[in-house]
Amino acid sequence: MSERTSILVHGGTIVGPGGERRADLLVEDGRVAAVGPDLDAPRGALVLEAGGCYVSPGLVDLHTHLREPGGERAETVASGARAAALGGYSAVVAMPNTIPAIDSASMVRDVLALGAGALVEVAVAGAITKGRAGEQLAPLGEMAALGVRLFTDDGRGVQDARLLRSALEYAGDLEVVLAEHCEDEALAAGGQMHEGSWSSRLGIPGQPALAEEAMLARDIALVRLTGSPMHFLHLSTAGSLALLAAARAEGLPVTAEVTPHHLCLTDEEVASFDPVFKVNPPLRTAADIAALREACRSGLLDAVATDHAPHPVEAKEEPFDSAPPGMIGLETALSATWGALVETGALSPSACFSLLSWKPACIAGLDREGGHGGPLVPGAAAHVCVFDPTERFTVDPSRSASRSRNSPFAGRQLTGRVLHTLVAGEPVVVDGEAQR
Amino acid sequence: MADLGREGIQEVLRLADSFAEVAERDIPKVPALRGRTVATLFFEPSTRTRLSFETAAKRCSADTMSFSASGSSMGKGESLRDTVETIDAMGVDVMVVRHSSAGAPARVAGWVGAAVVNAGDGQHEHPTQALLDCFTLREALAERSGGRPPEDLAGLRVAVIGDVRHSRVARSEVLALAALGAEVHLVAPATLLPPSLEGWPVASAGADLDGLLGEIDVCYVLRLQRERMASGLLPSLEEYAERFGLTAERAARLRPEALVMHPGPMNRGVEIAPEVASSARSLVTRQVRNGVAVRMAVLFHLLQPTSVAEGLR
Repeated sequence: MSERTSILVHGGTIVGPGGERRADLLVEDGRVAAVGPDLDAPRGALVLEAGGCYVSPGLVDLHTHLREPGGERAETVASGARAAALGGYSAVVAMPNTIPAIDSASMVRDVLALGAGALVEVAVAGAITKGRAGEQLAPLGEMAALGVRLFTDDGRGVQDARLLRSALEYAGDLEVVLAEHCEDEALAAGGQMHEGSWSSRLGIPGQPALAEEAMLARDIALVRLTGSPMHFLHLSTAGSLALLAAARAEGLPVTAEVTPHHLCLTDEEVASFDPVFKVNPPLRTAADIAALREACRSGLLDAVATDHAPHPVEAKEEPFDSAPPGMIGLETALSATWGALVETGALSPSACFSLLSWKPACIAGLDREGGHGGPLVPGAAAHVCVFDPTERFTVDPSRSASRSRNSPFAGRQLTGRVLHTLVAGEPVVVDGEAQR
Repeated sequence: MADLGREGIQEVLRLADSFAEVAERDIPKVPALRGRTVATLFFEPSTRTRLSFETAAKRCSADTMSFSASGSSMGKGESLRDTVETIDAMGVDVMVVRHSSAGAPARVAGWVGAAVVNAGDGQHEHPTQALLDCFTLREALAERSGGRPPEDLAGLRVAVIGDVRHSRVARSEVLALAALGAEVHLVAPATLLPPSLEGWPVASAGADLDGLLGEIDVCYVLRLQRERMASGLLPSLEEYAERFGLTAERAARLRPEALVMHPGPMNRGVEIAPEVASSARSLVTRQVRNGVAVRMAVLFHLLQPTSVAEGLR
C-alpha cells in the first residue's frame, strides 16, 4: 500500500451508468471521498493528471487464464494480474482450466491465496465437472461457499446434455451462474480455424460456425427447461447472436460476452500461417464482426471479456496445426475495443465502459463483493481506470507484463491508452507504469 | 503458387524448356548452380518429390544436403525453428521444405536467410507438382500441333477429379491452370469438395462426372486417401470407384484427343483403372520425368546466379 492515503484524479471526465461529467475525483483511505469540479488536493496528496481522459470504474474481466498452477511458464497469478492492472482492470475472474483444474474447495483456496498479493482483485471461477472431464459434477456447493460465483469448464463446453441439465438444476439454489464455452466437439473435430473461404483456400481444416451455434441452441433450451441462469463465453458468430436475441426476447436469464479480438480480426489473418492468430473460437468473418459490433451497440451483448490466454513463445512457434489456441489480451482490451466500437461511432464512451466494467462486474457478482464497477460516488470503493483516448501506440509484446508474447495486435497501432489504475485506492499503475 | 503469378509461372516453364534439353545430353549435367548448396528438408516422408529435387539440384551442379525428420534431433524434441536455423547457419542457399502442416514452409521462410521452396505443405499447396503438370500439358499440346510449346493453356478444359478438399496438389493445380487461362472444373462428392469455393477460379464444381466426360480436354485424377472412409466422408472405396473412378468405360466416352493425368502415387482400380493409367492418353510417366527439369528451373529461377546461356554451357 502507498503511504499516501489521499489521491486526487484531476481534470478528467468521469463515466458511469449515469453518463459522463467533467469532475475531479478525490480518493481517501481506499474510497471515493468526493466528486466535483475543481477539488483541492489535500496536503501530501498524490495528484494524477487526467486532462482529456475518461475516468471510469475499474474494468472487470470475466475471462482470464492465469495459468497458475501448472502453466507458470506462460503466466502466473502475479504476472497476469500486473498485465490486468496495466490494462485498466481492477478485478479479473481466473478461469479454472489450470493443471490441476480448479474443481475443489482446496484448489479455490489455493488460487485465491495466490491472488491475495496481486495488483488486482483475483476472483476464481470453478469447474462445472471434475477435472473438466465432462463426466461428474464438481462440488459446486463447496466452491460457492468460498465465494465462487461463476462456474465453467471453459476450454470445453459440457458435451453431455444430461449432465449440464443436472448442473443447472443443482446450481439453482446456489446463487451462481454457469458459463458455457459453446463448442460441439463432434462438429468442431480437427478444426484449426473458422470453416469458410479462407480455410478452404489455405487447406487448413475448419470448424464451422455451427459448432458454436448448435451447442448454444441446446444450452438455451436447457436454460428454458431449468430456469437457471447461464452466461455464454466468447460468442463469435452472427448466428449465435440471432439465437441469443430470441432467448433474450423470451425473457430467459442469459448473458453473453464477446472478446476484443472477435470484434477486430477476421479469419483472413490466418493466411500468414502465424499461430498467434489461432484461437478458440476461431477468428470469424467480416460479416460476423459487423453483427458482433451491432450487438454491442444494441445491448444484446452484455460484456467484452478478454479470454486472455497466454502461451510460451516456443508453443506459438510450432506449425499452425500443432500450436495451441489462444491470445493474450489484458493490456490491449480497452484500446482494441475502443477502436472497434467508439472510434467507429457505434458506441458512446460510457456504453463502451459499461461493457468492460459495470456490466461484467454484475455478472460475476463483483459489484456486491468488492464494489467493482462503480459508480464512482462518495463512499464507493476506489477502483478506477484513467484512459487517455487520444494516445496512439504500437503494440510491442516484448514489453508486456504478461509472461507470454502471443498478442494478435503485435506491431499494430491502437488508439487510446490506460494511464492510471487504482485498485481499492492503491495507485497500482501511474503514467502507464506498474508501481510494484 | 499465387506468389509466382502468371508471369512467374511462364518464366519457370520457359526455363524448364531449356533444362529439359539437358536431360537429353550424354552427360545430363550443367554448371548452373555450381558452388551453391541446396538442402532438402523433408519433415514428412516422400520418395518421388525428394528424389526429383535432389536429382534436379545435382544436375545443376549444386551441392546437396539432405534432412529427414526420422532419425534427426527433432526426435530429441528440437523445434522446427531451431532445426531450420541450425541448417541455415551452415550456409545453405535454398531449402526445399516438405511438411505435414499447412504453412510450415512459409513460416520457415520468415526465419531463415536461405530461399525456401515449398515441396508440399499439409493440405495447402504443392506448387512444383502444378508447375510440372502445366509443363507436361504444354509439351503434349506442342507435340500435337508440331510447333513450339504454347505460352499459356487458354481454352483448355480440365476436370480435376477427386479429393480436392484434402489435396495440396489440387489447390496448386487450380491456381496454376487458371493463371494460364485454362477452364477448370472440380468433380467430387460434396464431402470431398472444399466447404467454400469463394475466390476459387473454377468454372464449375459438382458430382456429375459423366455429364462432363464429353466436354473436357484433360482429366486430372487425384489420389484417394483411404482415411476418408474412417472419417465418414465416403461409404466405401467401391462406391467411390463406381461414381468417380476413371474406368475404361468412362475413358471410352472421353473426346478422342483428351488426356489423363495423375500426380501419383496411384491407387489403381480405385480412382483410375490400370488400363487407363497405362493408355496412350496417359501422361503419368511424363509427369514424373518432367519433374526434374521443372525443379531445376525452379531452383535456377530462385537463385539466378548467371545468365541462362552461361548456366547451360
